[in-house]
Amino acid sequence: MSIVEHLPALQVAVPLLAAPLCAMMIRPSIAWPFAVLASWITFAISVALMDQVLTHGTIVYNMGGWSPPWGISYVIDPLNALLLLLVSGMAAIIMPGVRLGIGVEVTFRAQRLFFTVALLSLTGMLGIVITGDAFNLYVFLEISSLSSYALVAMGADRRASKAAFNYLIQGTIGATFILIGIGLVYMMTGTLNMADMADRLTDLHGSATIQAAFAFILVGAGIKFAMFPAHAWMPNAYTYAPSLVSAFFGATATKVGAYILIRFIYNVFGAEFAFDEMHVGWVLIPLGLAGAFVGSLVAIWQDDLKRMLAYSSVAQIGYVAAAIGLGNHDGLIAAIVHVFNHGLMKGALFLVMACVILRLGKADMTSFRGLGKRMPVTMGCFVVAGLSMIGVPFTVGFISKWYLILGALDAGMWPVAVLIVMSSLLSIIYIWRVVEVAYFSDPPDDVKVQEAPAMLLVPTLILTVLCIAFGVATKITVGVAGLAATSLGVYP
Amino acid sequence: MISVAPFLIFLVGAALAMVARGRVRDVIAVATPVVGAINLWALDGSAPMTVMLFGHELILVEVDRLSMLFGWLFHLAVFVVLVYNLYRPTKLEQVSILAYGASTMGAIFAGDLLTLLLFWEGLGLTSVFLVLARGTRKAERAAVRYLMLQVLSGVLLMCGIIVLINQGRSLAMAPLELEGLAAWLIFLSLGIKAGFPLLHNWITDTYPEATETGTVIMSALTTKTSIYCLASLFPGTELLIYIGATMTVFPIFYAVLEDDLRRVLSYSLINQLGFMITGIGIGTELAINGAVAHAFAHVMYKSLLFMSMGAVLYRTGKIGASELGGLYRTMPKTTIMCIIGAASISAFPLFSGFVAKAMVMSAALQGGYDWVWIALLFASAGVLHHAGIKIPFFAFFGHDSGQRPKEAPKPMLIAMFIASVMCIGIGVFPELLYDQLPYPVTYEPYTFEHVLTQLQLLLFAALCFVVLRVTKLEPHERPSVNLDIEWTYRWLLPRAGRWAYVKLGYFANHLRQLSQVGTQGTVWLVKLWHGPGGLFARDPLISMASLAVVIIFTLVLLLDLIQGY
Repeated sequence: MSIVEHLPALQVAVPLLAAPLCAMMIRPSIAWPFAVLASWITFAISVALMDQVLTHGTIVYNMGGWSPPWGISYVIDPLNALLLLLVSGMAAIIMPGVRLGIGVEVTFRAQRLFFTVALLSLTGMLGIVITGDAFNLYVFLEISSLSSYALVAMGADRRASKAAFNYLIQGTIGATFILIGIGLVYMMTGTLNMADMADRLTDLHGSATIQAAFAFILVGAGIKFAMFPAHAWMPNAYTYAPSLVSAFFGATATKVGAYILIRFIYNVFGAEFAFDEMHVGWVLIPLGLAGAFVGSLVAIWQDDLKRMLAYSSVAQIGYVAAAIGLGNHDGLIAAIVHVFNHGLMKGALFLVMACVILRLGKADMTSFRGLGKRMPVTMGCFVVAGLSMIGVPFTVGFISKWYLILGALDAGMWPVAVLIVMSSLLSIIYIWRVVEVAYFSDPPDDVKVQEAPAMLLVPTLILTVLCIAFGVATKITVGVAGLAATSLGVYP
Repeated sequence: MISVAPFLIFLVGAALAMVARGRVRDVIAVATPVVGAINLWALDGSAPMTVMLFGHELILVEVDRLSMLFGWLFHLAVFVVLVYNLYRPTKLEQVSILAYGASTMGAIFAGDLLTLLLFWEGLGLTSVFLVLARGTRKAERAAVRYLMLQVLSGVLLMCGIIVLINQGRSLAMAPLELEGLAAWLIFLSLGIKAGFPLLHNWITDTYPEATETGTVIMSALTTKTSIYCLASLFPGTELLIYIGATMTVFPIFYAVLEDDLRRVLSYSLINQLGFMITGIGIGTELAINGAVAHAFAHVMYKSLLFMSMGAVLYRTGKIGASELGGLYRTMPKTTIMCIIGAASISAFPLFSGFVAKAMVMSAALQGGYDWVWIALLFASAGVLHHAGIKIPFFAFFGHDSGQRPKEAPKPMLIAMFIASVMCIGIGVFPELLYDQLPYPVTYEPYTFEHVLTQLQLLLFAALCFVVLRVTKLEPHERPSVNLDIEWTYRWLLPRAGRWAYVKLGYFANHLRQLSQVGTQGTVWLVKLWHGPGGLFARDPLISMASLAVVIIFTLVLLLDLIQGY
């Protein structure tokens, strides 16, 4: 058997094995290149997998040759191929900048552990996305969650510990909910393989146990997804975590939650059960829109810009939730594309924060005064990614909002479309606020500020360019999302 | 033959002119329409050019006899105007004339409505600079009013197209029935640019305020583009006959009263458009031929007249009939060319108006529209009066104003000469024009009867002028402001609005306070909840967050209970 056939296993195995090796390398100068290499290999595998999925269709890989229902199988269809690409791509882009970025925030001794935990977190997320086994999903969820708590706790600010603790409590509640839900489904169907579950669940409609299981999984995934009003763990976690961790999590962690929601609603339980029996649209759309408004409004008054971006994430997640709740083809495309696109732009924005923190020590409104002249490239990236956040044409943000509005209109919910546009206008306010301070106020004279170093600037630039590139060439994102929606049984 | 979309050449020309300077820029400007003409010659009979944009196939270029004829006409007009402009070439004018030319070329060769829309907006946006280039406060304000109407026209067209798309109908440049919202929106949009009655006043408001050159090219392109579109989209629409007939008659009274000679010509322009629109409305082969032939001849002689008035304005700085007079002594060449233009517009035999105008009138008679024919006859007499006699008489003859300006500059003279040659050429050899018309022509202009009738008419109109002069009934040579439809929005509406505002002030004050309180209250409430330390922005307590989770969980469970009922 050639190595190509084992790519699905390697996708998870490479970062998983690299993590303990990193822990053994005392000097960060060795651990860092190693972690970068591991993340790049992981990304290369994702690209290869995406290519295989696009040419040959869905891949089913049986772990250790054990076929389901006894063994664990990895199933890769267009939806998780895109998510794998996002998660590993973000890791590959951000990891090279980590050394400099965390240099000011994490102590020298802890740095190798940082790389270890980061790789474990990456492993967990990739595992959640790739696996076709519900219990295996829970295991990977725990791996990614536990490592995430540790990463957040490494923040320089003392409040980071408290934020991590909060995150731990709520993350555990979420994971427990998911576990209970999976347990209930297992009880009723006698299988843990998702495809088998989906098969057997079709006969069990109307069962109260299954309904409860659905509610548990929906809420559990909702917490992981930071869906309003279960978003409370997120703002502090993103604010006090090291900036590069915020960038990585902002781009990926909640997206994995969105993946779990989409997978369980459309695949395992089936759209018919979720929408006709559980009326999931009535939960997701109102909460999603409420989140879009609350998140944007809170972001408007934030002084700490990392916190502002975290609340902006609450709003953007609201759009994804509403899009999932629409339940039609365009809506699902919007959800999947926005998961990907929001990953790009939020990653870019958090990296800008990392650049600013590296040079100025903090990222609040006063430190942005006059930065437009002093860090022109960094601020240029902020403006482009910010425009994308607003949803200006030719940026990625426009594409996903366009499909979201199409989906809302297709579902006959024009008030939803109006509310989406209105809440997008709010994002103009919080982005413009920063642009105004950076470009139209004079910098304080006593501080000398240089442009950010290339190690951080290049990843920021890459993500910014991608914000435009995927806004113009939408074939990969929208095309794959369309395939994914079709493979989930939602036809145009 | 290799050829490209005609508008591309003008766009490239405009871009080059933008970076070039001095003589080089002049050469580029004048050469562009020449290169364009060569390309146009190569383009004849070629297949449509299409591009894909956002999933719609745009037909950028689609060539037929009608668009080819307008293409030649507009290339010629742009060339003549660019030559004319060489007396005092400015970058702003040259670039905007070229870009304006690009918009026109794009519009007349557009194969579908979306492409048309693109260039339709371009027409207004590029030409407004020709008004602004005049540099006066009055021109500036006229330019803003102009732009508003042009944009309104574009918006109407866009709305019409959206309705068409929504109904799943074709966007081809094919005749539309004047039925349903979409067709009416598009009709109205074309109507604004074609100067329909009550929508016409941007013509008489803006054209007299533009630069000497600007007025010439604007009078040639925008309205005729709309005529082209009307001929392609709404041929044979009966309503157009009455709209056209109205347009031929009402401007005459204004033209007789008006003091500003370029405004006189603007009113005369509307009158001429009326002839073409009537022809399109009748819709028979003869009528469409007549409308198109008239458009062709009209662009030449109207440009010639505007150019001669431009020369007068440039040399004397004045344009009011009351301030001018006796200029023939020092501007003999301009005088002669102006008279050629005047003879053409009044349809003297052997001039271009004669071979073109009568076709529409014959078509009206053949179609049984007797009253329309009478209106057109009256209008023809009126044209002679205000454009044929009034313009040359008050500018170059009349009472001696004592001014002795120099002859027009050479570029102006050359441009006017080209236009004069065209006017006489078409008048003497009408086949040159007839062969290019959309339908085969059997019409013979030089019959004894036609020549005699026309001469009678012209003599009668001349008589009128003399009688009015002798009896001093004619209210000439007094600068005055004539009330047109714009009076409603420039005088009546603002005053009515102000009156209402004062009367309702008491109420409005309260309303304003109320809305202020409302806005402040909303902002206060939003800030209370979302601002620093607010309900949603506070550092979350674990208990509160968990409560939220329980609430959603209950909500999800409850929803399936609802389904039970």
